[in-house]
Amino acid sequence: MATITIPTPLRKYVEGRDNIILEAATVGELLSKLVENYPDLGQHLFSAEGKLRSFVNLYVGDEDIRYLQGEATPLRSDEVISIIPAIAGGTAR
Amino acid sequence: MSSSALSNEEIRRYSRHLIMPEMGMAGQRRLKQSSVLLIGTGGLGSPLALYLAAAGIGHIGLVDFDLVDESNLQRQIVHGTATIGLSKTESAKRRLQDLNPLIELTSYETQISSANALDLMRPFDLIVDGTDNFPTRYLTNDASVLLGKPNVYGSIFRFEGQATVFSPRDGGPCYRCLYPEPPPPGLVPSCAEGGVLGVLPGVIGTIQATEAIKLLTGIGEPLIGRLMLYDALSMRFRELRLRRNPNCPVCGDHPTIRELIDYDQFCGITPPVNVMSNQYEITPTELAAELKNTQRPFLLDVRNPYEVEIATIPGTSKVIPVDQLPERLGELDSALDMVIYCRSGARSGRAVELLKSAGFHKVRNLVGGILRWSDDVDPSVAKY
Repeated sequence: MATITIPTPLRKYVEGRDNIILEAATVGELLSKLVENYPDLGQHLFSAEGKLRSFVNLYVGDEDIRYLQGEATPLRSDEVISIIPAIAGGTAR
Repeated sequence: MSSSALSNEEIRRYSRHLIMPEMGMAGQRRLKQSSVLLIGTGGLGSPLALYLAAAGIGHIGLVDFDLVDESNLQRQIVHGTATIGLSKTESAKRRLQDLNPLIELTSYETQISSANALDLMRPFDLIVDGTDNFPTRYLTNDASVLLGKPNVYGSIFRFEGQATVFSPRDGGPCYRCLYPEPPPPGLVPSCAEGGVLGVLPGVIGTIQATEAIKLLTGIGEPLIGRLMLYDALSMRFRELRLRRNPNCPVCGDHPTIRELIDYDQFCGITPPVNVMSNQYEITPTELAAELKNTQRPFLLDVRNPYEVEIATIPGTSKVIPVDQLPERLGELDSALDMVIYCRSGARSGRAVELLKSAGFHKVRNLVGGILRWSDDVDPSVAKY
C-alpha cells in the first residue's frame, strides 16, 4: 500500500484528509485511483488534456517523478508519494 | 582593508558570533562586507530583516510598496502599532536602525517590476525572496538568474511552508526548474482568502535568514538542490531533492529567456476592467440604498462559515461558500435580482462569472466586498 500526502490547499477536495493510502503498482495507476475516489481533485492535478499540471510536482520518496520514470514509475509497497503544489503566500493578486 | 576591520564596538556587539570558530573574526568581517536585497518586508521579510540586521550584514536593501496595516501585525513583527499607516520600508528601517545602528540600510519604496528589478538587484551580493505573489516570484527568479546571484526562497500557506536556495551559478536549480509555470489566477487561494498562522513565516523566514548568513560567510552546507518542507500542524520537516532542468527556459543549457518579461501577463493576470460600465457590479453605497427598497435584492454571501462568524452584512439572504456553489446551484432562483459578496470582492467575482455561465443574468458582485461595506456604509461591521 502506498501513502499519498495531500498538501493543505488540496485537502478540501479529499474530505480534509492529509494522507490517503491506496494499492497501486505505478504512479499513474495511483493517480487514476486517487481521482476516481475524489473526482473534485482531478482538475487541480491534471489539465484538460489529462497532463499533470506544471505547477504541481509529484515525488516518490524524495525524488521528483520527472527524474524517475514519470507516471510509469513503479511503486514499492511502503512508498510515500508527495503532491507539492506551487504556493506564493501572502495577500491576494 | 580598514573598512572591513571590526571596531571595538562591533567586537562587543558580535562577540557571541566571534567566539564560534566556524564564524570567528573572518566570518563576521565577511558579513560586514556583504550586502543583501530583501524583496518584501511582510511576513517572511520581518524575521529576515530583524535577524540579518542583528547579524551585522553590512548593507541591507529593503523593497516594498505597501503600508503597515493593523491586520499585518499578527505576523509582521518588524512593524509595530506605532507605525501603522507608515510605509513598510520606513517602518522596518526605524526598527532595524534601533536594533543595529552599525549597518547601512537603504529603502526602496517601490513595487519591484521588470523595469527596475535588474537595477535594484545589481549592487547586492544576495537576493532574498520574501514576496507574496506569483508574478513577483517569477520576476525575482529570472532577474537573479540573469544577474548570476543566489536567490534565497521561502513561501507559506496556512500551516505549511517551503524554503530553498536557488543558485544556478553553483549548479543548483532555479524556481522555473521547480515550477515551469504558475497556476492560473483563482485556482490556488491566497493567504488573504486562506489565512496564515502568524508564527509560520517566522519559522520559514528564519530558515531563509540562516541560509543567507551561511552563503555569505561560506560556512555549512547550503540548502541548494533541496526543498525544505515544514508542516506546523504535524510539526514535521521533510526534504525533497531538486534538480536543475537542462531545458529550463531561463537557467538551462540553451536559455530562451534572456531579458525580463511581462510577469502579470505570464501569470494570466489581466488589468481590472472599468468598474463604472459593468452591469454585473454594484458598490456598497448603491447596495445600501437598494436594501431599503421594498423590492430588495437577494443577498448571497459566498464566504466560509468561520468568516460569517467574524462579520456579516445585515440582511444577508443565504450563505453558500464559493467552492460549494457549482453543486448547490439548485438552491438559487435565477429569476431573482441577486447581489453576491465575499471579503474583498475576489471570490464573489468568480461566483458571478460561474452563475452567469449557468444562465443567471441578474447577478451583481459587491465591489470591494465586506471590507468596503465597512468603509463606506457601516463601520460597525468588523474588517478582518
